[in-house]
Parts: sequence; C-alpha cells; structure tokens
Amino acid sequence: MSRETAWPQQERTGRPTLLEVRHVKRDFAKASGEALAVLDGVNFEVRQGEIIGLLGRSGSGKSTLLRIAAGLLQPTSGEVLFHGQPVDGPPRGVSMVFQSFALFPWLTVQENVELGLEALGVDTPERRRRALQAIDLIGLDGFENAYPRELSGGMRQRVGFARALVMHPDLLLMDEPFSALDVLTAETLRTDLIDLWMEDRLPVGAVLIVTHNIEEAVLLCDRILIFSSNPGRVAAQVRITLPHPRNRQDPRFRKVVDDVYARMTRRAQAQPEGEGEGGASPLALQPVSTNIMAGMMEAVAGEPWNGRADLPDLARDHQLEADEMVQLGEALQLLGFADMKDGDLHLTDAGLAFAGMETDARKDLFAHQLIERVPLVRMIRQELEQRTDHRVPAARFRAELEDAMSESYADQTLNTAVSWGRYAELFSYDEQTEQFSLDDPE
Amino acid sequence: MITQPSLGRRWFPNIWDIVAFGLLVAIMVSIAMGARDVAAPLEALRSPPVTTDPAHLPYYALRTTLRMLAAMAASLAFTMAFGALCIRSRKLSMVLEPAVDILQSVPVLGFLTFTITFFLGLFPGKIIGAEFAAIFAIFTSQAWNMALSFLQSARNTPRDLEEAAASLQLSAWQKFWRLTVPFSMPGLVWNMMMSMSGGWFFIVASEALTVGDQNIILPGVGSYLARAVSEGNLQAVGYATLTMTVVILIYDQVLFRPLTAWADKFRMTGDGGDAEAEAPDAWLLDAFRRTRVLRAAVAPVGALLRQLGQLRLDGGPGRRRRRMFRLPPLLVRALDLLWLAVVVVGSLWAAWLIISFIRATLTPADFIEAVRLGFFTFLRVMVVVVLSSLFWTPVGVWIGMRPGVAVRAQPIVQFAAAFPANLLFPVVVAGIIVFHGNPNIWLTALMALGAQWYILFNVIAGASAIPGDLREAGRSLSLKGALRWRTLILPGILPYYVTGALTAAGGAWNASIVAEIAQWGDTKLVAAGLGSYIAQASEAGDLPRVVLGVTVMSLFVLALNRVLWLPLRRWIERRFRL
Repeated sequence: MSRETAWPQQERTGRPTLLEVRHVKRDFAKASGEALAVLDGVNFEVRQGEIIGLLGRSGSGKSTLLRIAAGLLQPTSGEVLFHGQPVDGPPRGVSMVFQSFALFPWLTVQENVELGLEALGVDTPERRRRALQAIDLIGLDGFENAYPRELSGGMRQRVGFARALVMHPDLLLMDEPFSALDVLTAETLRTDLIDLWMEDRLPVGAVLIVTHNIEEAVLLCDRILIFSSNPGRVAAQVRITLPHPRNRQDPRFRKVVDDVYARMTRRAQAQPEGEGEGGASPLALQPVSTNIMAGMMEAVAGEPWNGRADLPDLARDHQLEADEMVQLGEALQLLGFADMKDGDLHLTDAGLAFAGMETDARKDLFAHQLIERVPLVRMIRQELEQRTDHRVPAARFRAELEDAMSESYADQTLNTAVSWGRYAELFSYDEQTEQFSLDDPE
Repeated sequence: MITQPSLGRRWFPNIWDIVAFGLLVAIMVSIAMGARDVAAPLEALRSPPVTTDPAHLPYYALRTTLRMLAAMAASLAFTMAFGALCIRSRKLSMVLEPAVDILQSVPVLGFLTFTITFFLGLFPGKIIGAEFAAIFAIFTSQAWNMALSFLQSARNTPRDLEEAAASLQLSAWQKFWRLTVPFSMPGLVWNMMMSMSGGWFFIVASEALTVGDQNIILPGVGSYLARAVSEGNLQAVGYATLTMTVVILIYDQVLFRPLTAWADKFRMTGDGGDAEAEAPDAWLLDAFRRTRVLRAAVAPVGALLRQLGQLRLDGGPGRRRRRMFRLPPLLVRALDLLWLAVVVVGSLWAAWLIISFIRATLTPADFIEAVRLGFFTFLRVMVVVVLSSLFWTPVGVWIGMRPGVAVRAQPIVQFAAAFPANLLFPVVVAGIIVFHGNPNIWLTALMALGAQWYILFNVIAGASAIPGDLREAGRSLSLKGALRWRTLILPGILPYYVTGALTAAGGAWNASIVAEIAQWGDTKLVAAGLGSYIAQASEAGDLPRVVLGVTVMSLFVLALNRVLWLPLRRWIERRFRL
C-alpha cells in the first residue's frame, strides 16, 4: 500500500493507473420525468502518486462525480474502473473525506477512526493499534476519548482525515475538505497535509480533491481538471509543475492562478448570454443579490480599478470564492453592466452610469436592463399588463421553467426574478398566494 | 421540539389510507366473527377479587407498573422492526406506513373489546389472556406514534453520515445500529416519554372491563379504582390517586430522567440549536456512572450488545449485491403492479367481509344513528378544545414568557399530562350527582380533564421558544395588549399550539368512550354520544355495533385530521416559520 516517493515534477505517465473514469454520464429526473444531465462525457484517470483537483462552480457536478468515483452513486451510463475493476459500490481501498466532516457524534474520536476497520472485521487489538497510529500521524493525540462536539472545526476535520487514512487507502477522495473551515485553520491543515505527503508519510496512493477554491487547487495539485456546467464535463486540464512547498506570493504561482481564472471565465463568456448552470436554458437565472451587484459596480468604478479589474484580485479584495466571483460577473454580464475577458472584469457604459447614480435612478436603469435582457422578467411584466386584474400566478411561469430545467433550478430562477423585479419595482409578489401583481406594496 | 402524531402530508386520503383503513376494520370483523364461534363459556375466568384495602395497593401498583413496562418493551421492539422493514422495503412501507398512520388516529379504547376477545380466545380460561389484552391496549396507545416518529427521523438521517457509513462499508445491520438507531434516539426517548404519559390512562381503563357476560378484573390500580367506584368509596379513590402519583414520579426519576440524560449524547450538535437542548439532571444516571461494581456488572451486557451490533450479517464487505438490482424498468413496473394487485384483492376481500358482516345484523338506520351520536361527541370534543384553549393559552403564555417560572412549571405540567385523568373521574361524577347536573353537559368536563394539559404544555413550550431578540424588539417598540398578542405572541405560539390542540382533540375522542358513561356507586350517568354508544355496545357484547361505533369514530377523527388540523398546521408552519 505504501507509495513510492512521488515528486510532482517527475514524469509519471509510466505509473500504474488507479482510477479510470470513462464516458461517465449522470442524469437526474426533472419534474416532468425527463432526464437532465448533470454530467456528460466525463473522461479522466488518476495515476499512482498524483494529486488531482476537480475545480468547478457549484452545480457543475464535480461532487456528483466524486460520489460516483466513491461508488456512492451509479453513473447513468459509462463506467468507473478502480484497479481495473468496475466500481459498483464503495470499493475497498477508497476512502473519503467530507466537507461537513460527517463524524458520528455519538462516537469518540477513537471510535470514529476505528469504525471502518470494525466494518472490515479487524480484531480489536489491531484496530486499536492502527487507529492510534492514524490519530498520532494527524496530530490528534490526547483527543482519543473526546467526542466530536468537544472539538473545533479544524480538529474535527483532522478526525475526518484520520478516519480515512486509517484504511491506508490507495485512493483518497476529498470533497471540499477545507471549505467549512475558517481561513487560518484551513491553511494550517492544508500545509500539514502537503508536508506529510511530501515526506511520504501519508499511507495514501493518490488523491482526488474537489474544490471551488482556485488557489487551493494550485497549492495542492499536480493536475487540475476544470469543470464546465450544463452538463458538467472536463473543459480544460492544467498541469502544475511548481515544486512543493508552493508559495502563494511566487510570481509563477500567481501566473498559474490567473491562467486558471481566465480559463474559467473564458468558458463562461463563450456561452450565450443568460445561459447559466442548471439546464442549458437561456431562462435560468443565478441567485445574485442586487446589493452585491451594486456594491461590486461601485467598487470597480472607483479607485484603484477605474472600471476594469483583475478577477482574482477583485475576489481576494472582497473575500469571494472563485465560483462566487464568476457567478457575480456572469450576472453583471447578463444584465449588460459588465463584460469579462481574459480574467478581467470591465464595466460597460451602463455599469459605469449605474455606479454614479442615486437610488431611484439606479432602480430605473436596473428595470430597463431587466426588461431588455432577461426574457423571464419581460414575460412576467407583459402578462401582468395584459391581464385586467394585473395578477398572474407564479405557477404559470414555473411550469414553463420546469420544461427547461430541474425543479430546484426553476425555483431558484423564479426566486431570483422575484428579488430582481422587486428591487426594480417592476412588480410585487405575494409569497402566500404565490401571485405576481402590479400592486404597490402595502 | 415536540414530536406528536406525525400525520400524512396531504389532507386528502390517498388510496393507501383507504386500503389500510379497510383492512383494519376487516381484521376487527374477523376477530368478532371468530369469537362468535368460540361458544365456550369463560366461566373459568374468575380472577382473584380485588379489594379496596389500601394495604394491597403497593402490590397492585407493582402489577400495573409491570404491565406498563411490558407494553413499553413491546412497543420498542415493534418500533425497531417496523422501522427496519420500512427502510429496507419500499413495497412493505407502501402498505405499512399508511396503516400505522391510520391506527394512531383510531380510538384505542374502542379496540379493547376486540383485543380482549382475541386474547381470551388465544388462552382460553387463563388469566394470561386478559393480561395480554391489557398490555396490548397500552401497546396500541404507544407503538404507532413511536414507530412513525422513529421512521421519520430514520429517513432524515443526514446524507453525509449515510455516505460515510456506505464509504466505510458498514453492512445494513451495522448501519442500523451504528447510525439509524443512535440518530433517532433522542426523538425516540422523548416520544416514549410522551406515549407513556398517554399509556397510564389506558392501563387504568383496561384493568377492569366488562365485555358481554365476561367480567375481567386484573389486579392493579385501575381495578382497585373500579372497585372503589362501584362501592362509592371516595377514600379509596384518594388512595388510588396517591398511589398513581407515586408510581408516576418513580417512573420519571428512575426511568425517564436517566434515559433522556443518556440519550443526550446522541443529539446532533450545531444544527437546530434548540435552547432547551440541555441535558436534564439525572441523579440515578450520575450515581450509576460513579459506581464501580454495578458498572462492572453491566459492562459484559454492553459489550455483548456492541458485539451484536458489530456483526455484519451479510456475506462480508467484499460481497456486495450492489447495482441496486439493476432490473429492467419494465420488470420493476410489472412487479409494482403485481404487488398493487395483491393489495387490491386483499382490500376487496376486506370490503366484502365488512359489508356482509354488517348487513347480517345492522340496518342503514343504525349507521345514521351512529353518525348522529358521533356528531354530538364531535361537538363535545370541540367544546373541550375551545374552552381549554381559552383558559390555558393566557396561562401558558404567562408561564412561558418567564423562563424561571417555565423551568419549574414544565415538569409539573408534564406530570399532570401523564396523570391518568380517569382516576379523577369519580370525584367529578360524584359532584355531578350531588348537584344534579345534566350529564349531557357536565360529563364533557371529564373529557377535558386529561386533554387540557396538552394545550398548556405546548403553549408554554411555544412561548418560551419566542426568541429573546424578538421579545426585546417588542418591548422597545412598546407593543402592548392586542397588538402585542397579534404581532408577537400568537405567531410565536401557534405552531406549537396546533400540535397541542391536535393531541388534545385526539385525547378527548379517546376519553369519550370512558367519559360519556360514568358510574358512582349504583348511579349511572349517560351522555348521548358515540363514546357511550361504543361503551354500551361493548358492555352488552354487541360486537357488530362496536365495530360500527369504532369505525364511525375513526372516520370522524381521520376526517378532522385531514380537513382541519393538518391543513391548519401546514398553513401555520408556512406562515409563521421563523
């Protein structure tokens, strides 16, 4: 099980393949019963000694893919091979670390770590020995008898790691393992992990990590697979040859981060406008608050950006995750307030004008852009004007949306339309009766 | 969090409700028919006479307590089996779930007649038959509620823990004991406690019964009370009340305090964030945790149980028959249809059985009569709910808004809810007789005796759950009087209140069977209603009328749940959710 020393910059095509993902497609049923593809035509492989990152925005199906690799979900078509054997249930030799830690709250640290060995029927002394080893390795000694609730988030995730490592997995799957932690804790844990990996002390053959944090991916991985949405597929692959330990301030590091950002937004830009995630439909809207849009336009219009900003810098300044930043940029782009190109965001004339306006004028401009550029809002407004009582049930539009996308995205789109329309004072909405109307709010 | 009868999702009865209901009535009918054939006189069943000598009370109390424990163990076993089956098999859960959902709305006391007939038939001439019948009566008052709440929390097991269990390759058996049961434990213990509260009422009612020409008397607090009532001995009633108080207090201290304190370790932290999620004090558990000898004695048992939970009971982690039975969808649908056909044929048979049974002895006029009486009882139930609400809501709010008072009042109210109200019936009945009250009006008070506490209990819980910042905001806006009630208090307590009212109404329907007909010494009071109809038919051994009465009452309860309580609860939950 122990891994030969793996220096990331080495050529590794000669290494044995651990995991093969072939033509994987995964559908979810829509309200109408039709299938909606979350993943389609996904192909890649994981070799011994690699750390691979799956990078993409929420909803791009990367967590679904990880669960398919873990044998927790079945692909609709295509196959996953682990050690050349088809995966049809959680295979032995694959362990998983969860975003939410997924610790059993009624078991102590030690019992949690032992649980997987217990399921395998390992006898008690051996179980104890291996559990203590893993606990020791991950820096949890002294906490063996604590319950998870007594631990801080960082310590809990260490238990999550120990529970996975105790199995000496050939492949370690990690689902956004650091995203529930605060920045400092996450950084410490990442550093500890990469140190153990570099010292070849992790009893792990290869790592597949899902993340939406670009810097994290660049910090850890030998290869990054960038996922596109609708349906999710591998849009690009970035190989990183920087030696470990990597330094965030290193210009070469910054260059890779910029490159990944550009690839993510380039893809977004290539899409027809309005085509967000969730159904390849021009109707789908992403839930971005009007406050954040307004704030971002003000920021970019002002010093030091003066209308044009570098996306990674902008995201860092405003403490946004990469996927949040891209989502926000796309919403601005959809409304005609901004454009994204080469990892930059620059405001259009409308965006610049908006930033300089007072509240009422902003609302007018926002309303104008909405009617012009968002078909769903235009439809709602038209229906309302046509009806004599100026009332339309939301079900009318929901049905139409559900023809084009999954139920939850239809809900999300409708909610976004409601909140944008309310801000623009184009219509009001009664949540109780689920009706749009032209009434002034009471 | 107060887990009470979890009703279905929609008010409109679906096909499964109807099927389950039909099957249930059919079972009653077949037992009744079977009993008609067992012509053997049960003369042999001469139970040891119960006397009103208070010296015997400790022994009687012990018998009652043991019955309660047996019923609780049976309910727990049923709950686990039901939960495991419904989780494993979709087809079984399609039938079992609505069946149990219906069962929990059916008046338990109406069933006594059948269960007694059944168990006496099972053990002819033996006291054990009557014992089983009494235990079964308590079981039916607890098991359904517990089973549904267990299934509900089992289905709500966090997805990440499910995935972790699968990823760690736990077998189905291991997962059930390592994940499902622990996760459901706090809710289950709470539900057991609430169910046991209801149980005392039924145990008192089921220890002394007359079914046709059979007089069944089981030594216990309930039969002691019955004896005291027929003698018109108020002092003995007092002794019974005192004994019951002691028994309930001991149960609380010895069983439930330690249980809730222990179950606290299974609570998920971080989410929900109930303020009252603090572990209760339990001196017994603390004491046990400090003993060495006792712990050492119990340790092997715990180890054995753990070993049992660790068994895989499947072919080993390598041999998974996964792939979720990748049967062709056409075959899956065919199997579903086949199962549906089996259920439909069963239901048709049930319907035929019911109709032929009823046609043989009853006329449409009987049915109309039962519905008419049901309407009277319905009015009583509503009066009970409305009056209890008007009286207890302000009191509950007053208590709930004062954390110091609420902490002290809660156990008292909980005790009041657990205290079997039928112990107090004789006092009220004696009063009615002395003051020549109209039984049609005043017997309603008996129904309120037990039911009112659910309303108070829930209102206190609701009022204390109003967030402190909202209360402070209300004070800083100087909200007063009607405005304060409309904007702050009512929205805060309504979701809790509905649960309380629903439970109170259910309790009142059940109580009507023992409350609409009352006795003191030689005087008998009868109020016109479905409860007295069932009670009288039962006493006369008129099984067809008992079937009719219980069926009509169940229909009333179900219709009310679906038409009134459920939509109300859903509306309130949507409207006033925080």
